[in-house]
Amino acid sequence: MRTISTTRILLIALAIVVAAAFLPLWVTGYVLGLLIMAYYSGVFAMAWDLLFGFAGEVNFGPTFLIGTGAYTAGILDNLYQPPIWLCIAAGTLAAVLGGVVLALPALRVRGPYFGLTTLVAVLMLQNFIVVDAHLTGGENGLTVPDVISISDTVNYEIALWFMAASGAILFLLSRSPVGLILQASGQDAVQAGALGFNVTKHKLTAFIISAFFSGLAGALLVFYVGSASASSIVDITVGVQIIIAAVLGGRRTILGAVLGAVFLVVMSEALRPLGDLSNFVVFAMALVVVLLFPNGFFGLLTRSKEDA
Amino acid sequence: MVFWQILIDGFAISSLYALGATGFALIFGVSGVLNLSHGALMVAAVVAAWAAGNDLHAGPYWGAALGIAVGFALSLVTYFAIVRPLQRTRKIREEEKEIFILTATLLWGIMIQQMIAYLYTDNAKTVAPIVQGVVSLAGVRTPTNEFFTAVVCWLAIAVLWLLVNRTRAGKAVLAASMNPLGITLLGVELSRVYIAVWAIYGVLVGVAGVLLGMFLGISSYSAGPLTASAFSIVVLGGLGSVPGALIAAYVVGYLETITAYLVSPAYRTIPALLLLIAVMYVRPRGLLGRR
Repeated sequence: MRTISTTRILLIALAIVVAAAFLPLWVTGYVLGLLIMAYYSGVFAMAWDLLFGFAGEVNFGPTFLIGTGAYTAGILDNLYQPPIWLCIAAGTLAAVLGGVVLALPALRVRGPYFGLTTLVAVLMLQNFIVVDAHLTGGENGLTVPDVISISDTVNYEIALWFMAASGAILFLLSRSPVGLILQASGQDAVQAGALGFNVTKHKLTAFIISAFFSGLAGALLVFYVGSASASSIVDITVGVQIIIAAVLGGRRTILGAVLGAVFLVVMSEALRPLGDLSNFVVFAMALVVVLLFPNGFFGLLTRSKEDA
Repeated sequence: MVFWQILIDGFAISSLYALGATGFALIFGVSGVLNLSHGALMVAAVVAAWAAGNDLHAGPYWGAALGIAVGFALSLVTYFAIVRPLQRTRKIREEEKEIFILTATLLWGIMIQQMIAYLYTDNAKTVAPIVQGVVSLAGVRTPTNEFFTAVVCWLAIAVLWLLVNRTRAGKAVLAASMNPLGITLLGVELSRVYIAVWAIYGVLVGVAGVLLGMFLGISSYSAGPLTASAFSIVVLGGLGSVPGALIAAYVVGYLETITAYLVSPAYRTIPALLLLIAVMYVRPRGLLGRR
């Protein structure tokens, strides 16, 4: 799939981002709100793709990392009201620690076993949120007193450029030697180790990087929405949406994940007239893509360029 | 008093877990597929049995029959429309098929869940039990239905055991779980074995679902937790090992019941999850796992 050079892809992506930066001039605040959510879930999906597509780790718990970041930042803000950047930094740090905790079983168990550990991590976090309701707001959700900005345009530009920066970093990383080593350890850990690469170190790095972006995005999201709840950021269905976005966009492409995330948000909005059935249709379309075009949108794009 | 209560309640819920997880373990043992639409299939069986009583005014036996039929039919659809195309495709690399089957069955499960919520709302539904009444045993009043549930679960498991160990087709299934290549060399059509396993699985899911619906109120939200509990029971017991799954079902069922009675229902699932993590650190292949 490495048919287009890294610089060309980055230039095309930059052009799209710059074009998207002018969107607030034309569209309403409602559309911006949708796109903001799409951009944040794009970051979640890219971070997931780094773990799955490159390190080969099936992580069913992306929301464990996101939730840890979001709730740490939100609870800190609720209790002591420090400056917002401090809350966000603390949330990110907590998510990175969560990433290390999550990585420990990954170094011992493989495949479905690791998938289950991550699922358990999500369930534990959810239980913690419900049981420690005095800190987390329980099932009602957590409301934070501060937001970054009340202007849709400012929030939109933050989300857009944050996504662009994360995307660029993750993409360059995936195309660097580190990305290749990760890919090698994901496909055959024993052989990668025999070639002299430190598989453990690289996998741990992948977890930390994935957790860093997930947690940072989660914390930023809390201060955009002004609240957090288990059903909107921790629940397994949220994690599934992230995985679907990454697979739809094309796994092992990083940037494809953003396409998938935007597609999911646009589709569920376009199908809103169908009411409760709209989610059904979105998931059915996702299933068809998984069954018929396993390489996702990005795979289709690169292939059509290859043919031309 | 509480002791007997826990003993009886725990036994009934554990038998249900055992039946639900057996099918899940069977599919994994034979075809290496983790079916994440498991919970959704069970919920579909519950809702079908409920709708038969509610909309069609059918008796509990007909309702149960319809529920099992729906579980059976959906299981075969899952295999033919989703699992088999992915197993046979050449577009996906062999080592990545596992994650694709996981994702696809997960999506399929959510689709079933959404469809149920759309057609029958996401309110909890309770199926009218086949056996009514209450039994007093050791000073504890227990619905007769709980005993009925436990008996039917064990009958179904016994029938499965006979089927696998005493019939020719069942032995082929057992052999396929040990060595798929070996059995094709002996002239057994592997895809037939798969179809047989998914058919058995469908019946088990249907029975477990209908019984669960008579025991507890089930809504479309239950699909995820049901899949997760089957998954964790099967991992605890050792992936692909049916006896392991049975033991694990009782461990998890009693652990949950004890916590719910003695600590708080809010903490119900936590000890089982902690145990699962501990087992995976100490003995990643589970209690009776082969690999």
